[in-house]
Amino acid sequence: MARIIVVTSGKGGVGKTTTSAAISMGLALRGYRTAVIDFDVGLRNLDLIMGCERRVVYDFVNVINGEAALNQALIKDKRCDKLFILPASQTRDKESLTVEGVGKVLGDLSKDFDYIVCDSPAGIERGATMAMYYADDAIVVTNPEVSSVRDSDRMLGILASKSRRAERGEEAIKEYLLLTRYSPQRVKLGEMLSVEDVQDILSLHLLGVIPESKAVLNASNSGVPVILDEKSDAGQAFSDVVRRYLGENVTHRFIDLEKKSLFGRLFGG
Amino acid sequence: MGLLDYFRNTRPSTAAIAKERLQILVAHERSERNKPDYLPMLQKELLEVIRKYVNIDQDAISVTMEQDEKREILELSIVLPDDNQRKKQKRL
Repeated sequence: MARIIVVTSGKGGVGKTTTSAAISMGLALRGYRTAVIDFDVGLRNLDLIMGCERRVVYDFVNVINGEAALNQALIKDKRCDKLFILPASQTRDKESLTVEGVGKVLGDLSKDFDYIVCDSPAGIERGATMAMYYADDAIVVTNPEVSSVRDSDRMLGILASKSRRAERGEEAIKEYLLLTRYSPQRVKLGEMLSVEDVQDILSLHLLGVIPESKAVLNASNSGVPVILDEKSDAGQAFSDVVRRYLGENVTHRFIDLEKKSLFGRLFGG
Repeated sequence: MGLLDYFRNTRPSTAAIAKERLQILVAHERSERNKPDYLPMLQKELLEVIRKYVNIDQDAISVTMEQDEKREILELSIVLPDDNQRKKQKRL
């Protein structure tokens, strides 16, 4: 049985797909058979971030409709043979995602995989609700910014009421906070909500903090999940996140400013 | 904190403002979320019953559900028209 992880946020542009790509690659690199699914029907982008956009033949909706077999639609990652990508359809409408159809595909994947990562679209419509419906764990991606925090809280309400676990009265989905695009400099200047501020408001278990980093755009430019950029701060932060998710006790990094010189402290700002 | 910052910090930071606004908003939205969904229907039907006896405005009635640690309180508030208005209505 696979464990199903949804990467969600409500708000767009906070880093869901970047996170899905990085975490699925991280899990696969640690030896777990991992499938990552794009639920953004009509606006697929996971294929581009994973660098497999030219290898898409069949998609998620084809599999749901029985037009292709699951193993025809799954794209094997070229860098890690434990990782498979299931792209979203670019042409169908999002109503193609049905509870039964998605359930069937996830059930079939569960037989062969250890982890299934569901990359949710923004918003609270069909694609987003389907991405979280069958989840065991939820990674709530949040920017330290008012609209993102508010939308994350709204998603927490939906996770708690509209998921299969909620409907069946089972143990609730495990929710984790992933704070992205974090700038310790701006936090220190009082221009940005701090990790503690966001945790005070959302009261979620902190899975990690990803610093604002040039590495993220460089990675998406070249279709390489940022976790593979091992020298970068964001890449290291995502590696920590995967280890923490797997139960290791890893100290949080990239939250505080590095120590400045005496000169910097006297005239800092 | 640098020497220069010492003279600058008189106003609250924008981050502090953001946190305060979010705390109020999120608390409010969470309380809305936990409300039973029959409240609007209950309000509509109560309004119809009361209107059989007293002519009140649509917005003169409010039904709210509040929750503290020990109990849930269903609060029903109806504003009756004042005497002058009632007399006027009788004359009409």
